[in-house]
Amino acid sequence: MTDLRPLCDLAIIGAGPAGLSAAVAARAAGAGHVVVLEREAEPGGIPRHCGHSPYGMREFRRVMGGRAYAARLAAEARAAGAEIHCETSVIAIHPGGRLLVSTPKGAMEIGARRVLLATGCRETSRAARLIGGEKPGGILNTGALQGLVYLQGITPFRRPLIVGSELVAFSALLTCRHAGMRPVGMAAPEARPLARWPAGLLPRLMGVPFWGRTRIAAIHGHDRVTGVTLEGPDGPRDLACDGVILSGRFRPENALALTGHLEIDPATRGPVVDSDGRCSDPAYFAAGNALRGVETAGWCWAEGRRIGVAIAADLARGLPSPTLTVAAEGALAYALPARIRPGSDGLPDLQLRAARPLRGRLTLTLDGTEILSRTISARPERRITLPLSILPAGASGRLVVRLEEGG
Amino acid sequence: MTRPAPVADSPFDAAIIGGGVIGCALARRFTLEGARVVLIERAADVLDGASKGNSAILHTGFDAPPGSLELACVQAGYREYLDIHESLNLPLIRSGAMVIAWTEDEATALPDLIAQARENGVDDVEPLTVAGVRALEAGLGPGVRAAFRVPGEYLVDPWSAPHAYLRQAVENGARLMTSAALLSAEYDGAAWHLDTARGPVRARFAINAAGNFGDLVDEILHGRRDFTLRPRKGQFVVYDKAAARLAGHILLPVPSKITKGIVVCRTAFGNLIVGPTAEDQDDRARAELVPETLAALMRRGEEILPGLKGMEVTATYAGLRPATEFKDYQIRAHDGRAAITVGGIRSTGLSSALGTARHVWGLAQGMGLAGRPVAAPVVPRMPALTDEGTRDWQCPGNGGIVCHCEMVTRREIEAALSGPIPAQTLAGLKRRTRVTMGRCQGFYCSAELARITAGRLAVPMTGDADIGSETGGGHADD
Ligand SMILES: Cc1cc2nc3c(=O)[nH]c(=O)nc-3n(C[C@H](O)[C@H](O)[C@H](O)COP(=O)(O)OP(=O)(O)OC[C@H]3O[C@@H](n4cnc5c(N)ncnc54)[C@H](O)[C@@H]3O)c2cc1C
Ligand SMILES: Cc1cc2nc3c(=O)[nH]c(=O)nc-3n(C[C@H](O)[C@H](O)[C@H](O)COP(=O)(O)OP(=O)(O)OC[C@H]3O[C@@H](n4cnc5c(N)ncnc54)[C@H](O)[C@@H]3O)c2cc1C
Repeated sequence: MTDLRPLCDLAIIGAGPAGLSAAVAARAAGAGHVVVLEREAEPGGIPRHCGHSPYGMREFRRVMGGRAYAARLAAEARAAGAEIHCETSVIAIHPGGRLLVSTPKGAMEIGARRVLLATGCRETSRAARLIGGEKPGGILNTGALQGLVYLQGITPFRRPLIVGSELVAFSALLTCRHAGMRPVGMAAPEARPLARWPAGLLPRLMGVPFWGRTRIAAIHGHDRVTGVTLEGPDGPRDLACDGVILSGRFRPENALALTGHLEIDPATRGPVVDSDGRCSDPAYFAAGNALRGVETAGWCWAEGRRIGVAIAADLARGLPSPTLTVAAEGALAYALPARIRPGSDGLPDLQLRAARPLRGRLTLTLDGTEILSRTISARPERRITLPLSILPAGASGRLVVRLEEGG
Repeated sequence: MTRPAPVADSPFDAAIIGGGVIGCALARRFTLEGARVVLIERAADVLDGASKGNSAILHTGFDAPPGSLELACVQAGYREYLDIHESLNLPLIRSGAMVIAWTEDEATALPDLIAQARENGVDDVEPLTVAGVRALEAGLGPGVRAAFRVPGEYLVDPWSAPHAYLRQAVENGARLMTSAALLSAEYDGAAWHLDTARGPVRARFAINAAGNFGDLVDEILHGRRDFTLRPRKGQFVVYDKAAARLAGHILLPVPSKITKGIVVCRTAFGNLIVGPTAEDQDDRARAELVPETLAALMRRGEEILPGLKGMEVTATYAGLRPATEFKDYQIRAHDGRAAITVGGIRSTGLSSALGTARHVWGLAQGMGLAGRPVAAPVVPRMPALTDEGTRDWQCPGNGGIVCHCEMVTRREIEAALSGPIPAQTLAGLKRRTRVTMGRCQGFYCSAELARITAGRLAVPMTGDADIGSETGGGHADD
């Protein structure tokens, strides 16, 4: 591995699907000296420790395991001429593309003409969920569980409780099965699993009970988890288990943006971007799940590719500024991007999420003039997209996207 | 893992029972004065009791009861911490505190508090106008009536400090025994025969520093108790580092008769905490978190600092104050039995530990424990865990960062797993290095940590961890 040089054209932070696909695309589009900075020992991001999932459909038109997929993405980035530097943590970002970096050799500062934040997302911790009880060992997010099982070959417990019902909860279920753990059950606030068929059928197939409308009130145990108190439709009850898997409720890994100078969207918790993926400091871009929790690897890969091209264009000739601002109203949890340049080749869609399950009317108005109106049935765990191509070329002003119950 | 052999042989000068901040400071003082010390701790690692979760404020004693033993110990402890922290490489955040009145009633109480502070010798307190408050703390919410500043209230690292005291004791000859609960004891008029979970220990003096178990340990030692513990729980919410810029001072409320009230302050590690509650309970060991209480703390925090709204929560924790039916410390020499009880160190033990230890050494001397002070004691340098010092990730040869949120390097983890007082549990490793104590709470680094610590902790990170069994690793892919 060559040493990290103090200057580059594009520094990509994070070697997950988004960062690696951006590296390939940016190189192909002539971005020059492209480096990918990854704090782990291996590139690949989250898929490195997803043993079972079907990856690669969108990207390589075949079903791959997470590790093979991660390796393939990294190989492509290297083949495209990007330098991947592992064990290289970006500690802080500064205006204009200056980065404070730490490696096993110590700290250094580098300068990049453009920086892409592709730092991914993570699940919400026990603490941030304000779960009660004691703090024994054996409480893990799915990501940590998968790291233990698939990267280290460690079985952290035998009879865990799985909390949550998003897709990743079923990943957790499969991870348990792979390692010979037998979950005592799945508990989630929703009446029925959020994940779509066929994942929702898995618990029954595996003989794991699903408890809907149930929250975890307290965790018990001093050294190790000995049980939990669940609160469901029939009141509180104690359940013995030796671990708790807290799945889902994803949020961007936004430490750099949060402690740095970039504007953050409180709704997504990711940096505010325009349709080219550009942040409030135009030297910075963002793509992949750094923008929001959570989309699939394939989605992030596609997003990275487009933003990689946009960055190369910006490096070559500069990108025009966005002309539209976006406001999300009504029952929308968020709308992304926050600013749009009609005709940009970056993010192809306005990405929306509903704040709660509802049937209602989705409207798009530009400075008071309605552009689109349709009835939809929305659920918070499903993305809603509106192609930006429906916007008139050269449009400017304030775009309001609104979701209203009923209608 | 290597465990020390049971200590049956040579008698010690003093056996200190309890490895909280008080026991650690006692071990240091007694050792430096020339006593041969053994510290006996029930848990697998030290600092597992009251000392594991506090507000980490180094108090001046401005609001302590005038004339109390607590006040004397706090002020002596405060002075000694200021004297030694640099040589031990312990952080000191000179934040100062502000006592803020939010109601008219509270405002009328301020003059008395200021007078009390001055009576206690804290004469640099400064009354502030509302405009003066705002000028210093622009982030405060509406409703401030009056306030005063206590410039000498500081923030410290609640774990590095006691670890440093204990390490200095051990490096100068003291002996540490963990997983060594005191089970029974007998005094034969010349020495104590202590039966611990790790075997028998003989010592001339027995010092009880058992925190929330102080009365029970007194019953073991003396067959009687002079006070009864009723732990007082304090819950906290720790906010993301982005919140730390919202407050400079330690923001104290006007104390009521029952509690010091909800404090908002930064931590030495750059987070911001809101807490503690004051909840009496019978259980001496379990400090349970209660979601509704945590939510209420957050609401109170947002009233004090509206900028906290929407800030992410990094951690939650609860600690148990060793409270008794008495307000003051319960430090007693047991005449004719070569024993001292150091009990009821309720809510200021972190500040007072060094001073308390001096006071107790004085008592022991009076009872005939003599020693020749160590001539040139070893002074350990603690690892820099706060941004005050140069962190290991900034230095060559650090082995790479393992915990990305708190930027803890492989070399730091290795050092904490070995060394004179090695970590015995994940909690102990956290307190020594801060691993998994940041934003992601172990999402990214748990797997690597489990690998590094495998076989090296008394309480393993993962239950019946199957390292490298056939269920793992190799065949994840298609
Ligand atoms: C537990 C879990 C299971 C999942 N399972 C699936 C699944 O089965 N199928 C699916 O399609 N999607 C799944 N996902 C969604 C997953 O996020 C995406 O698959 C995809 O990995 C996102 O790609 P990304 O490039 O945005 O981020 P990531 O893959 O998360 O990559 C981000 C990279 O950035 C690095 N990084 C972060 N901060 C820094 C820094 N400061 N300095 C240097 N490097 C940094 C990280 O180490 C990481 O390698 C899962 C997500 C999680 C958390
Ligand atoms: C919520 C809260 C906030 C606080 N804030 C502050 C602050 O800001 N500033 C400040 O100065 N102080 C503060 N304090 C007070 C401070 O934390 C305590 O005074 C201090 O930790 C007490 O230490 P200790 O050594 O007496 O007790 P402990 O830390 O409880 O130590 C006693 C030890 O004895 C061991 N033990 C018990 N029984 C046995 C046995 N039979 N055999 C062997 N070992 C035994 C226990 O395992 C334990 O480790 C706070 C406390 C709390 C709870």
